[in-house]
Amino acid sequence: MALLDIDNLHAKIDGEHGKEILKGLSLKVNPGEVHAIMGPNGSGKSTLSYILAGKEDYEVTDGTVTLDGEDLLEMEIDERAAKGVFLAFQYPVEVPGVATMTFLRASLNAQRKKRGEAEVSTPDFLRLVKDKAAHLGINQDMLRRGVNVGFSGGEKKRAEILQMAILEPKLCVLDETDSGLDIDALKVVSEGVNALRSPDRAMIVITHYQRLLNHIVPDFVHVMNKGRIVRSGGKELALELEANGYAEYQQDAA
Amino acid sequence: MPAVQETVDQVRSLDVDQYKYGFFTEIETEKAPKGLSEDTVRFISAKKNEPEWMLEWRLEAFRRWLTMREPDWARVSYPPIDYQDLYYYSAPKRPSELSIDDIDPEILATYEKLGIPLRERDALLGIASGGTKVAVDAVFDSVSVATTFKEELSKAGVIFMPISEAVREYPELVKKYLGSVVPVTDNYFATLNSAVFSDGSFVYVPKGVRCPMELSTYFRINERNTGQFERTLIIADEGAYVSYLEGCTAPMRDENQLHAAVVELVALDDAEIKYSTVQNWYPGDKDGKGGIFNFVTKRGDCRGDRSKISWTQVETGSAITWKYPSCILRGDNSQGEFYSIAISNGRQQVDSGTKMIHLGKNTSSRIISKGIAAGYSDNTYRGLVTAHRKATGARNFTNCDSLLIGDKCGAHTVPYIESKNSSAQFEHEATTSKISDDQLFYCRQRGLDPEEATALIVNGFVKDVLQQLPMEFAVEAQKLIAVSLEGSVG
Ligand SMILES: Nc1ncnc2c1ncn2[C@@H]1O[C@H](COP(=O)(O)OP(=O)(O)OP(=O)(O)O)[C@@H](O)[C@H]1O
Ligand SMILES: [Mg+2]
Repeated sequence: MALLDIDNLHAKIDGEHGKEILKGLSLKVNPGEVHAIMGPNGSGKSTLSYILAGKEDYEVTDGTVTLDGEDLLEMEIDERAAKGVFLAFQYPVEVPGVATMTFLRASLNAQRKKRGEAEVSTPDFLRLVKDKAAHLGINQDMLRRGVNVGFSGGEKKRAEILQMAILEPKLCVLDETDSGLDIDALKVVSEGVNALRSPDRAMIVITHYQRLLNHIVPDFVHVMNKGRIVRSGGKELALELEANGYAEYQQDAA
Repeated sequence: MPAVQETVDQVRSLDVDQYKYGFFTEIETEKAPKGLSEDTVRFISAKKNEPEWMLEWRLEAFRRWLTMREPDWARVSYPPIDYQDLYYYSAPKRPSELSIDDIDPEILATYEKLGIPLRERDALLGIASGGTKVAVDAVFDSVSVATTFKEELSKAGVIFMPISEAVREYPELVKKYLGSVVPVTDNYFATLNSAVFSDGSFVYVPKGVRCPMELSTYFRINERNTGQFERTLIIADEGAYVSYLEGCTAPMRDENQLHAAVVELVALDDAEIKYSTVQNWYPGDKDGKGGIFNFVTKRGDCRGDRSKISWTQVETGSAITWKYPSCILRGDNSQGEFYSIAISNGRQQVDSGTKMIHLGKNTSSRIISKGIAAGYSDNTYRGLVTAHRKATGARNFTNCDSLLIGDKCGAHTVPYIESKNSSAQFEHEATTSKISDDQLFYCRQRGLDPEEATALIVNGFVKDVLQQLPMEFAVEAQKLIAVSLEGSVG
C-alpha cells in the first residue's frame, strides 16, 4: 500500500468565489521513495503542500487523499503531524519570545503524547538536539533565540530541517528548501535531508532548480502545471526541464 | 528559595493525613449582620480586639465614605453594587472543622491541572484573611509552618504577621505608616477598605536587613455574599530588602463578589521592595455570570533616597479588574518598576495599569505591560507618568504591548504623560498584534493542538515580564496562562 495516495484532488481557495487551484491531481508515494515536484510559479505546488498539512484556507471539492490507508483530509492539522506528516515551509513563520529549543521540545512532546508515547527526558532531548544541530551547523545561540526570529533566509531553512530531524516524520514535504541557501548551506542541508532517507520514510521535494536534485537524488520527478501533474519521469527529467523550461507544458495545458 | 521549598515539602508529606476525611464539610461561620453601618465597623473592630485609636480611624473612614461617589471613569461596566446586601465580616466558628476540602472541587481540579494542588500552595502562605484565615491557620498549625517562618524571620528581626495582630503588638509602627501611602480619603474603594478591612499582612524589615526568604500571602474568598477587604502594609527600613508574593483564588459562584484591597509599601533610604502578584480570582462563567469585582488600590512610596519598588503582576482572574499599582518616586535617585501581564478571556473586563509619580531628582521608572485579550473580553492599559516641577532628570520608559486572540475582544491603551520639568525624558512604545493564522498553522503543523499553540505563542509574548517573577511563581504563572486561555481558540 502506498504511504501517500492522492487521487483526483480538486481544491479551491476557501470562500464563495474562491478560485480552483488543484484540478485533478493524482500522486502515489511509497515508503522509501523521494519524489521531486517542479513546475512554474503559481502552478499550485505550495498549495498542494498546505493541503496535505491541513491548512484551513482551502476547500477540497473532489478527490481523496490517504496516508497509510487512512483518510488524511478528515484529520486535524496536529493529528496529521502526529501521524508523521511534516512540512518544511517555503516561508518559515516567526514565533517571537519562544526559544527554538522550547519550541522543538513542545512539538516533540505534543506529538509523542498524541501517539501515546512518554515525554522525552531532558537529558535525552538535549543530547538529541545537540547532535542534530551540530550536523546542520546550527549553534547554541540560534537555539536560544525565538523561533525563526532574526534568522537569515538560510538559517530559517536549516532550522526547518533540524525540526524535521528531531520529529522524525514518515512523510516529509519540503517546499523550496533550497531557495535562499548559499552553495555551502545547500550542501549541509542536502546532507541533513539525505541522512533522513530511510526505507520507511518518504519525501516530496518541491524545487525550481535541478541543482538541489544533484544532492538529493530523487526516484521520480513530476512536472506540475495549472494544478495538475502533467508529466512524470525519472531523475533525468529534471535535467531536461533545466535545459528546455516549461514552455512545452504550458502550451499543452492551454 | 529553600525555605519555601521546605514548606512545600512539609505540607505535601502531611496532606495525606490532613485530607483523608470527607469532602464538602459545611463550615459554620460567624458573620457580622448583613449591611454596612457604624455598627458593622464597631463589630469588626471589636472582633479584632482593636485599641480605641484603630476604631476611631475606621469610623472616620466610614463617615468619609458615606460622602463619596463610586468612580465611573474606568472602561468597565457592571450592575450597581448594593453595599447593604453584603457581609463585611465572616470567620469560621470552629476552625478545626474547616479544611481545604471545602473548596469547590472544580477549583481544586483547576489547580491540579496546573500541577499545583491547593494544599501545596497553602504552604506558600504566611497569613490569609477573611473567610479563609482559619483554614490556612489550621493547615499551618498542623504542620507548624507558620512557626518555621516566624522563627527564622524573627532571628533576622523581620516582622511578618496578620495586620490585626500588628495593630495590637506594634501599634507605633502601624500608626506611623498605615494610611501614609494610600490616605484614608484616597478613593471610594480605599476609603471603604479603611473602614471595614478584616485582615491582611504586615511586614516590617529593619534597617540593613535582607529578608532571608520570600514572604507570601495567599488570599481566598470563601463565603457567599461576603466582601473581602484585606489590607497589606510593608515597610522596608533603610537599606532593607524584601520580596513578597501574593496569590489569590476564589470559588465559582453565580453572584459577583466584591474584593477591595489596599496595599501600601514604604521604602526608606536604599531600601528595595519587590512585590509580585499572581491574581487568579474566579473570572465568572463564559456568559459573564458571577466572578470577582477586583477594585484594588496598591501604591508604593519610595520615600527614601535611592530606594526602589517593583510591582510584578500576572492578572488572569476576576470578572472586573480595576487596579493601578503605582510608585511615588519621592526620594532622589529612587526607582519604580511595573511589570504586568493581564489576560482577559470570556466576558472579563480589565482596566489596569500604573502610575509613576516623579517627585525627586534623577528618579527613573520602567513600565512593561503585556495585555492579552481573548473571547469577548476588554483589556485596557491605563497609565500615568508625571514629573513634578522639581523632578530634574526624571526618566521613564514605557512599553505596552497588546495581543488579540480572535476578533470579538478589545485592547485599549490609555497613556497619560505630564511633565512640569523640561529635563524629564519620557519614552513610550506601544504595539497591538494578533496571533496570526500563519503562526497557529505553523505550530499545529509541528503537532501542537490549538490551545497548546496559543499558550506557547502567548508565553513568548509575555516572556520579558515572566522573567521578572521569582522562579517558582514564573512556572506557576506560565501554566496559569495556558489554563486561562482555554477555549479561546478553535
Ligand atoms: N490563500 C490564497 N488566496 C488567494 N490565492 C491563493 C492562495 N493560495 C494560493 N493562491 C494562488 O494559487 C496559485 C498557486 O499558488 P502556489 O503558492 O500554490 O504556487 P506555487 O506553485 O507554490 O508557486 P511558486 O513556485 O511561486 O512558489 C497562485 O495563483 C496563488 O496566487
Ligand atoms: Mg510555492
